[in-house]
Amino acid sequence: MMPPQTAGAMTFDSPPSHPKLWLDAVNEWFTTVDHKRIGMLYIGYALVFLLIAGLEAAVMRIQLAVPNNHFVSPQVFNRMFTMHGTTMVFFVGMPILFGFGNYLIPLMIGARDMAFPRLNAFSFWISAFGGLLLYFSFIGGDGLYGAGTAPDVGWFAYAPLTAKLFSPGHSTDYWILGVFLSGIGSVGTALNIVTTIVCMRCKGMTMARMPLLPWLYLVTSAMVFIAIGPLTAAQMMLGFDRFLGAHFFDVQAGGSAVLWMHFFWIFGHPEVYILVLPAFAFANEIIPVFSRKPIFGYSAMVGATVLIGFISLGVWAHHMFTVGLGPAGNTFFTLATMIISVPTGIKIFNWLATLWGGKIRFATPMIFSIAFLFQFLIAGLTGIMLSAAPFDWQLGNSYFVVAHFHFVLVGAILYMIFAAFYYWFPKMSGKMLSETLGKWHFWLFTIGFHLTFDFMHIPGLMGMPRRIYTYEADRGWAVWNMIESIGMIFQAAAILIFVWNVVRSYRHGEEAGPDPWDAWTLEWSTASPPPHYNFAEEPVVHSRRPLWDLKHPQAPDSDYE
Amino acid sequence: MSAHTAVLTQSTGEWQLPDKGKVGMICLIVAEAAIFIIFVLAYIFYLGKSLSGPTPAEVLKLPVLGTVCLLSSSLTVHFAVTALERNAARLSALWLALTVLLGGIFLAGTAVEWHELIYKYGLTIRTNLFGTTFYSLVGLHASHVIVGLGMLGLALLFAVAGKLNGSHAHRLNVLSYYWHFVDAVWVVVFIVVYGLGR
Ligand SMILES: [Cu+2]
Repeated sequence: MMPPQTAGAMTFDSPPSHPKLWLDAVNEWFTTVDHKRIGMLYIGYALVFLLIAGLEAAVMRIQLAVPNNHFVSPQVFNRMFTMHGTTMVFFVGMPILFGFGNYLIPLMIGARDMAFPRLNAFSFWISAFGGLLLYFSFIGGDGLYGAGTAPDVGWFAYAPLTAKLFSPGHSTDYWILGVFLSGIGSVGTALNIVTTIVCMRCKGMTMARMPLLPWLYLVTSAMVFIAIGPLTAAQMMLGFDRFLGAHFFDVQAGGSAVLWMHFFWIFGHPEVYILVLPAFAFANEIIPVFSRKPIFGYSAMVGATVLIGFISLGVWAHHMFTVGLGPAGNTFFTLATMIISVPTGIKIFNWLATLWGGKIRFATPMIFSIAFLFQFLIAGLTGIMLSAAPFDWQLGNSYFVVAHFHFVLVGAILYMIFAAFYYWFPKMSGKMLSETLGKWHFWLFTIGFHLTFDFMHIPGLMGMPRRIYTYEADRGWAVWNMIESIGMIFQAAAILIFVWNVVRSYRHGEEAGPDPWDAWTLEWSTASPPPHYNFAEEPVVHSRRPLWDLKHPQAPDSDYE
Repeated sequence: MSAHTAVLTQSTGEWQLPDKGKVGMICLIVAEAAIFIIFVLAYIFYLGKSLSGPTPAEVLKLPVLGTVCLLSSSLTVHFAVTALERNAARLSALWLALTVLLGGIFLAGTAVEWHELIYKYGLTIRTNLFGTTFYSLVGLHASHVIVGLGMLGLALLFAVAGKLNGSHAHRLNVLSYYWHFVDAVWVVVFIVVYGLGR
């Protein structure tokens, strides 16, 4: 079994000085309140769920590879897409981003720990419990008697399908509880991140000198407060409906199914930006270091991020064009959605300008970042297409949409998570990941990604709806689906190489030293892995690149501020 | 790498950042407010959409006493904080006790109201959309009052045991933010449910 080993290898790095009982180590990890360990717990936990949710995707791709297939039953297929989506958003995306935030933010702003270490541990464990509950539904959702069950209402769980009448048993209840608990954990961690950034920056680190990563996490966390609240409220209402017989989404008693859609997408759209802003944050740190230039347009980046945060709160109904919003609603949400491409465009130009004239080093973190730039651009372009209401009426709920948002979630976010992993793994473990295996990982994954998701647009344009169990051969979708499924094999192989790389490098990797990439932010000024207390002395900074100042005393950045 | 700290340690003079407790509490309040806003929106959206009775106009009475008590408890908790800041622990305990009492009266008022609604008018959360949205919104608020009362009660216990002094004023202040928030939510609930909704 590879996956648990990954988590284990990453997390169980007790100092070698005195041998410890493994039980002591387990106890230490269960009771830790250290931001670095909690960060790694988050990341390890998310990677395990990444493998599980990936497996669920693989089941779907096998089922859809050929027409009239019966690899799994329709019921199982419904559970697979529900669990895949729910897991990827709430138990992979959120925890892995919070994991990196937890680990990096105190180090980057020169702090000893997060503002509320015990709340931090609580937030992690409550989210972890939510994930376990969700998967417990396989046995607990009335499925113990040989049948097996799990939530099957789709990741956005539209009413009235979620009513007791249409979804009997407890699988939907586990979905409600799991997502609800993950929401509590997210708000706790977001609160911690905001407070840490606002109240615990080291001397001299004004907001204008703060690295961009904490800046973007600040905006993301503020969005978490506003976006998760509606989801939590909607989950409570659905819970009241199912447990107490209330009528929020009960159409027979005058309740509204469309209201659930509104509440869900008031959360759902900002959630996309909650997930993508940390990915932007990684790009903001990695691209300059590997271009050997400071980031172009620091203040434009901050401004664009804040703008994205605000605009993204007012576009949710573009997920509901097919409901029929009327001309005013259609116009408003089309325009609002299109306007978001302005600040995102600013970001892309800033990254390109950072690359421009730089001395680019094509190390693994950098090639993932460059692929991210192209793929995010394509995702943005199909996004603009879908933002036009009439276009969306044709292609809403088709595989075109599925291809579009996987370009965002995989092509942009997952790529930057890989980049971040290759970039900061040396800091977390003290060992470099293998560059050779990293390149294999990158190329195999990129081939697989493009085989799967480029070609997924085509059956979408030909009218293939999402979430169908199987299809007839005469539709002309078969060849495209076969290509997509072949791409899945490449992606799976790449992930296995990644896991192998992590395990092998952790054991036999090259020593990283404190600053393997010749970088400029504070986390690279302390040992790898950093000591418990992070910094022997609280650092004082005079510019945005404190380590540059240190390495180049003859021309420090602080002279030019 | 102790080298860098040597270079980076000349002091930059005064370095003051906002207080952790206050910032954390404000974040919590924003997140909670988002939840309440959705419940309030649902209440407004379903006004007059119930397929059967009873309607708000038929059964709801203005909870005047409870409202007065809850709103004045915001004042008393404020006095408790300022008293503790001046290190007047006994006075602070008195104000705390009064706050808990006022909050208690509010909750009792809600209990009486619900009892009447359920047993006299037969309105439960299952009856119609009005029952569904009313009990959810008012109940969500009441549960926040209970949490706040629990924490204020704890502070009162410490005060009675003589364990409260000026060094705790800051924490009590942060707690009072939460209580003011609960009061502010009640103002909105009052206007929407008992004003607009009737
Ligand atoms: Cu959206």
